[in-house]
Amino acid sequence: MSAKSKKMEELVRKDYEHGFTTEIDADTVPPGLNEDVIAFISQKKGEPEWLLEWRLKAYRHWQTMTEPNWQHLNIDPIDYQAISYYSAPKSKDDGPKSLDEVDPKLLETYEKLGIPLQEQKMLAGVAVDAVFDSVSVATTFKEKLKDAGVIFCSFSEAVKDHPDLVKKYLGSVVPTADNFFAALNSAVFTDGSFVYIPKGVRCPMELSTYFRINASNTGQFERTLIVADKASHVSYLEGCTAPMRDENQLHAAVVELIALEDAEIKYSTVQNWYPGDENGVGGIYNFVTKRGDCRGNNSKISWTQVETGSAITWKYPSCLLKGDNSVGEFYSVAVTNNHQQADTGTKMIHIGKNTRSTIISKGISAKYAQNAYRGLVKISKSADNARNYTQCDSLLMGDKCGAHTFPYIEAKNSTARVEHEATTSKIGEDQLFYCMQRGIKEEDAVNMIVNGFCKEVFKELPMEFAVEAQKLLGITLEGAVG
Amino acid sequence: MSTDAIQNVIGDFESLKSSKDSEWFSEQRRSALDSFKQAGFPSTRQENWKYTDVKQIARKGFSNTRTGQAKASKEELEQVRFKDLNCIELVFVNGAYSNDISHISALPEGVVVCDLATAFAKHKDLLEQHIKTDETTSSFTALNTAFSQHGVLIFVPSNTRLERPINLIFIGKEQSDGYAAHLRNIVVLEDSAEATVIESYIGFDDAQYFTNAVTDVTLNQNARCIHYKLQQESNSSYHIGNLRAEQGKDSYLETHSIALGAALARNDIHSQLNAVGANIVLNGLYMTKDKQHIDNHTRVDHLKPHTLSTENYRGVLNDRSRAVFNGKVIVHKDAQKIEAYQNNANLLLSDDAEIDTKPELEIYADDVKCSHGATVGQLDKNMLFYLRSRAIDEDTARSLLTFAFAEEVISKIGLAPIRDRLEYLVVGQLPDADLIREFTNE
Repeated sequence: MSAKSKKMEELVRKDYEHGFTTEIDADTVPPGLNEDVIAFISQKKGEPEWLLEWRLKAYRHWQTMTEPNWQHLNIDPIDYQAISYYSAPKSKDDGPKSLDEVDPKLLETYEKLGIPLQEQKMLAGVAVDAVFDSVSVATTFKEKLKDAGVIFCSFSEAVKDHPDLVKKYLGSVVPTADNFFAALNSAVFTDGSFVYIPKGVRCPMELSTYFRINASNTGQFERTLIVADKASHVSYLEGCTAPMRDENQLHAAVVELIALEDAEIKYSTVQNWYPGDENGVGGIYNFVTKRGDCRGNNSKISWTQVETGSAITWKYPSCLLKGDNSVGEFYSVAVTNNHQQADTGTKMIHIGKNTRSTIISKGISAKYAQNAYRGLVKISKSADNARNYTQCDSLLMGDKCGAHTFPYIEAKNSTARVEHEATTSKIGEDQLFYCMQRGIKEEDAVNMIVNGFCKEVFKELPMEFAVEAQKLLGITLEGAVG
Repeated sequence: MSTDAIQNVIGDFESLKSSKDSEWFSEQRRSALDSFKQAGFPSTRQENWKYTDVKQIARKGFSNTRTGQAKASKEELEQVRFKDLNCIELVFVNGAYSNDISHISALPEGVVVCDLATAFAKHKDLLEQHIKTDETTSSFTALNTAFSQHGVLIFVPSNTRLERPINLIFIGKEQSDGYAAHLRNIVVLEDSAEATVIESYIGFDDAQYFTNAVTDVTLNQNARCIHYKLQQESNSSYHIGNLRAEQGKDSYLETHSIALGAALARNDIHSQLNAVGANIVLNGLYMTKDKQHIDNHTRVDHLKPHTLSTENYRGVLNDRSRAVFNGKVIVHKDAQKIEAYQNNANLLLSDDAEIDTKPELEIYADDVKCSHGATVGQLDKNMLFYLRSRAIDEDTARSLLTFAFAEEVISKIGLAPIRDRLEYLVVGQLPDADLIREFTNE
């Protein structure tokens, strides 16, 4: 009982630190973006002066930028002045009171994914008893990390508790002026995750946003910063397979990874935001800037992503291979159904000697969806013996969808070896026939074939994730054939 | 600067004296000039010109009207002509047609092969029907339409096979002020007609000029055209080439594009497969040296079902040169049962050279088999070792392997005299040329 109340106290205190306890209504700023709003956000979060300056610099530069238009996407214009850039975390009372109030379609999906009831409530945003609130799980989890010396906290906490680390690394991979959406994010980001793995430490467990308290409140402009110090190792999971309830349409997150000498970062994403309905109405715009910096020699950064959600996905998790012998990897499955659009891929910038990169991208399009791979492999003059292997395959289901490949290769070093291969085809009729002839239903057969097609990527995911991702794929493509 | 260049072009256009025969075309010329005025010279901010900067061409301010102020000597002609090739020959010197050194004779009935001025005078109906004037897509083709006075009209009627290849020779020589040659070639093959067309561009004495050539090919049902382009412009010249093809049912187009010369060269091939069964083969080789810049862009539009495209481009890069490849395959909606293959391989032989390649697929149908591949690499160490272990010195071994790499493209050339000349030229660019010839001739 006393332990319980202690936890309660901890929670209460945290809320207080963030200034979230009172005046909930007054905390929401009216829609619109100007320097006052940014100052307000910064003040609300109790940020130091330098961070406010940093935000304002980003904002001033953002004003001079225009939205990019080179992508193979069809985007309805976004009114940036119609978005409210700060709203205090919603009081639990705002959410549905019980699962009965939740969209039955959402529940059906949870059922199919086999998610326990309590978790279902959490995901759907149902007010959950504060004691459960996954805190107990999270607390034991946190203690274990603390023993290892790993810092894993929300971005706001990091700004308060580890300002030196944040100041040193924030914006060092994705500068504020990098691109339109990164600049916007830098100006108005509200929260996110911060991870620091000290020298020589192998993080004792997979880190997952799923376990972080307040994870559901990170909002639409999320900022993630992961630093792996020398000879450390971390595997980070972002998102979860279950569809999340969310009202924000535009999501512009920034993720920065920094791997110092001999360090390794593995970053896995499962993205399943609301894709809009069958007619392409609604759905999330997911415009993310993700970049990893292999700063030290022998470092490694590996991106794995399974993208099944969002009306529009637009992201290119990239690697800057600066250190000698550094390695970059990108494994991706992007599934688009109905009217979904995806323009995704990666950039591998080889700068150090003996750098290697691997790109495996699998795109699946069904119904009216458009799915594009866009990638850049750049071998700088200094990158002796650089090696790249790229394979991107597309699978088409239905005669109204599209699959596109735009690979850029730029090589300036005569020892570079770059290989790019791409194929596009429809799902094999003979394979389908073979399965069906053995009594497997068409839908199951398609599922099986698609899972086989994506196997190379799934095997890179942590085990539990991989199992869920397979199920998820089946659900996303439901009704795509026949 | 850029506006100066455009003013210069407008000035030239006003002073352009069109012949009486081509007066009907002046409206089209003016509207092409208008599109050019609007678009200006392309900039590297445009995706299509991302890696190729044509500022130099604009800056040089080549005269668009003062062409043909030089004559080709007998030796030069000797050098340019293919021995042992019985062909119809049209020779152009510094962008103007030279009737006295051309040979057009004994054409089968109904076949038209003539220079553009004659075509304007005698074949207005053919020109009207087949000269393409929608110049909104490229500033250089617009410029060509505005200024082109010279070029060729080739028309082969139904069920006629033109046995002899047509060799178009474009010679570039030094003249007191640099010139821009806007050449326009029109090739029309009616149902089941067949022809072979060779375009050779050859520059002498390091002459400075700008070639802006446009070739429009129309293939009707079951027509068959083999097209060769040998680009050996002078080292100080600029070359922009556009081949635009429209292909009918079951037609076959085979293009061989060999780019060796020019300071800056850009070669565009765009084919539209407009009917069932249309087939295109794109074969290409580029070899760059010194500070050369060679850019190849190809685009194939599969507009109807059961169309086929096969592309193979290879590049060998030396010194401080740079090459660009962009291959685009677009499979349009409802164009099912498509097969499209594309491959680009590059041999990077110098640390100062740069290759930028981008094979693209855009697919809007599902029952397709499309693949593409691109590689950048060096000579195989194992192969080098094999040769060296047989007492062949390193330079020779490297030359042999480089030649073998290029030969993959050259060997697909059907006309022996062209193939031989290319082999000779390619080997000539390598160290130990004589030794290699000895090896390969056995």
